[in-house]
Amino acid sequence: MAALNLLQAVNDALRTEMRRDPRVVVLGEDVGRFGGVFRATAGLQAEFGEERVVDTPLAEGGIVGAALGMALQGLRPVPEIQFADFAFPAFDQILSEVAKYRYRSGGQFACPLVIRMPYGGGIHGGHYHSQSPEAHFIHTAGLKVVVPATPRDAKGLLLAAIRDPDPVVFLEPKRVYRAARGEVPEGDEALPLGQAVVTRPGTQVTVVAWGAMWHEADRAAREAAAEGIDCEVIDLRSLQPLDLDTLVASVDRTGRLVVVHEAPRTCGFGAELVALTQERCFLRLEAPAVRVTGFDTPFPYTLENEYLPRAPRILDAIRRTVRF
Amino acid sequence: MRAEREAARVERVGAPASRESAPGTGAGDPFPLERVVDEDGLVADESRVLLAGEELLRLHRAMVLDRALDERMITLQRQGRIGFYVGAIGEEAAVLGAAAAMAPTDWIFPCYREHGAALLRGMPLAAFLCDLLGNAAAPGKGRQMPCHEAWRPARYASVSSPIGTQISHAVGAAWAARIQGEEMVPLVYFGDGATSSGEFHVGLNFAAVRHLPVIFACRNNGWAISLPTDRQTAAATVAQKAVAYGMLGVRVDGNDVVAVHAATRRARARAAAGGGPTLLDLVTYRMEGHSTSDDPRAYRAAAVVEPWRRRDPIERLRRLLLRRGLLDDAGVERVRAEVAAEIQVALAEAEARPPRPPLESLFEDVYAEPLRQQREQLAELAGAVAADPRVADPRHADA
Ligand SMILES: Cc1ncc(C[n+]2csc(CCOP(=O)(O)OP(=O)(O)O)c2C)c(N)n1
Ligand SMILES: [Mg+2]
Repeated sequence: MAALNLLQAVNDALRTEMRRDPRVVVLGEDVGRFGGVFRATAGLQAEFGEERVVDTPLAEGGIVGAALGMALQGLRPVPEIQFADFAFPAFDQILSEVAKYRYRSGGQFACPLVIRMPYGGGIHGGHYHSQSPEAHFIHTAGLKVVVPATPRDAKGLLLAAIRDPDPVVFLEPKRVYRAARGEVPEGDEALPLGQAVVTRPGTQVTVVAWGAMWHEADRAAREAAAEGIDCEVIDLRSLQPLDLDTLVASVDRTGRLVVVHEAPRTCGFGAELVALTQERCFLRLEAPAVRVTGFDTPFPYTLENEYLPRAPRILDAIRRTVRF
Repeated sequence: MRAEREAARVERVGAPASRESAPGTGAGDPFPLERVVDEDGLVADESRVLLAGEELLRLHRAMVLDRALDERMITLQRQGRIGFYVGAIGEEAAVLGAAAAMAPTDWIFPCYREHGAALLRGMPLAAFLCDLLGNAAAPGKGRQMPCHEAWRPARYASVSSPIGTQISHAVGAAWAARIQGEEMVPLVYFGDGATSSGEFHVGLNFAAVRHLPVIFACRNNGWAISLPTDRQTAAATVAQKAVAYGMLGVRVDGNDVVAVHAATRRARARAAAGGGPTLLDLVTYRMEGHSTSDDPRAYRAAAVVEPWRRRDPIERLRRLLLRRGLLDDAGVERVRAEVAAEIQVALAEAEARPPRPPLESLFEDVYAEPLRQQREQLAELAGAVAADPRVADPRHADA
């Protein structure tokens, strides 16, 4: 066990899997010599060479399209998109090609690849260095979508994603890249995709979050406990596939649901989670499910703290739900 | 095998042109580096200096302001007074020489290092600084990162972060002006990195196919964050990319403001006369890190920057002005002191404004009029702030 931050855990996972599996290659802007603008790929080119850790020209569509071709030819590419906000130039490749390749070829082909991207706000990044585009990807059948919140999960889930037979969009919460620290197992053991984790058992209200907002939800739950409100906190970790059993079992017990995400509310993944739980837990619900989310605006700069669903707003929602 | 690959690399279309190569080296070089003023401030061909003394002095002042502003703002960023900065140190001639050659009614579609051009066009310095602070008086209402300004009165379009997106916007503006019968030639700036983007291809192709009056100005500064230009493109020059699109490409010493201005003026005249678009390859150098978030020591040896210090565009213009007696040492000092004072006054003015835009501004301008959900969410947020002031407390984020 070593104490790592989330960034180091990502780096550890890439290094571990590249040592284990010669098919794994990393490509993207500034990932090679520099080791990535966040340094997630630091040291990889020195160890694995320029053919396996590739600095590409500036074109996300090219990065993802080339990764798809590599996957067809038998490699396990792990392209990096420098910021999730710059995945949009690659959307045609991700949505039209990567997501549909298996289906449209009648299962003859697959593209096992992992598109890593730092996402999320709280770093003074304005519109284009802050967004949380998970809903776009979850909405596209054929993609798996994984969002770790802790270093341990970042390593275990990234290993699993690289070994997965399907394409995975791996969203890394850059706001806690360095702030999230914890014990990370050495070795190459993967964590299964599609399993949520109850990080805090509780009885009165279920609070669901992922990525950076899990840390806010956890903080809100601790503050609620001080007020005598007992929250159960779930870190979904994998949004597609979704661990609906864990969510439903929890809401069946608590009768209350607060969903937290930093993406805008309209058509955010929270809407789906609320719909799924009310379909299954309707007679158990004690209060309407509440979404604490980013707002229906582009991501702002100065007022980003107001925009983000941080602990105080989550706590407010928890109180309102319990008092309903 | 590695050696073979490397050998193949240099055998590509034309030997990679040295960034330092002298103008017009090699007979038959289809894209010679156009230069008017050499590094010592000497002019070989007087007929190519098209700027009058007054105009040269104005450009000199604008470049000194651009430099001083960048230096001051980088310091401010280190002090935590602004969140981020991306400057044009070393690239002032490319930015300002091109802008100065345009008509005041020509649109400018900037990348993110061209605030010098916005100021040249009349954006008040205090307004630019308010944008950097993202405060209540910011023209952009504090929504974008620093250096993402927009200034409508000067037809200076809104800066975006995604690389290359502005290129096709310029094409559309030129197209519209032709439909409307207006003589308007847009100038669009982008970096060498942007030449790899799909938008570069789309923009140049559209413009050439429709024979549109657009000036594509590539601030070819040698780097895209950590990637040197010779890893961005296997073409020996950016200028030669124009050929395949069916347009004119011109390679210019981007640290010679007189040459940049002359080439841009020529391209503008040609475009206005129906001669179609031009791709300007303004060869310059990014002297600093990519931005205040970057530390170039991780990928670039200090020694490779050294030769560019003596090619400094401001020093070069200053030598020309001194030689011509348009300026003396005291005059140089005077300009420095003036711009420093100008920055100081504007900064005091900007920092005196309320630091945070009002809550409701968060929900404005998403649409012409807020929809129901923006109105409801504003009420929700206002209620949350009232219930717990920490909702609006920036310090809480790092608790
Ligand atoms: C579509 C997109 N991908 C990646 C980025 C991240 N990024 C910001 S600037 C930059 C390099 C741009 O280089 P260049 O075009 O040469 O402009 P310069 O910074 O040198 O002026 C990159 C990769 C981005 N802003 N947009
Ligand atoms: Mg560049």
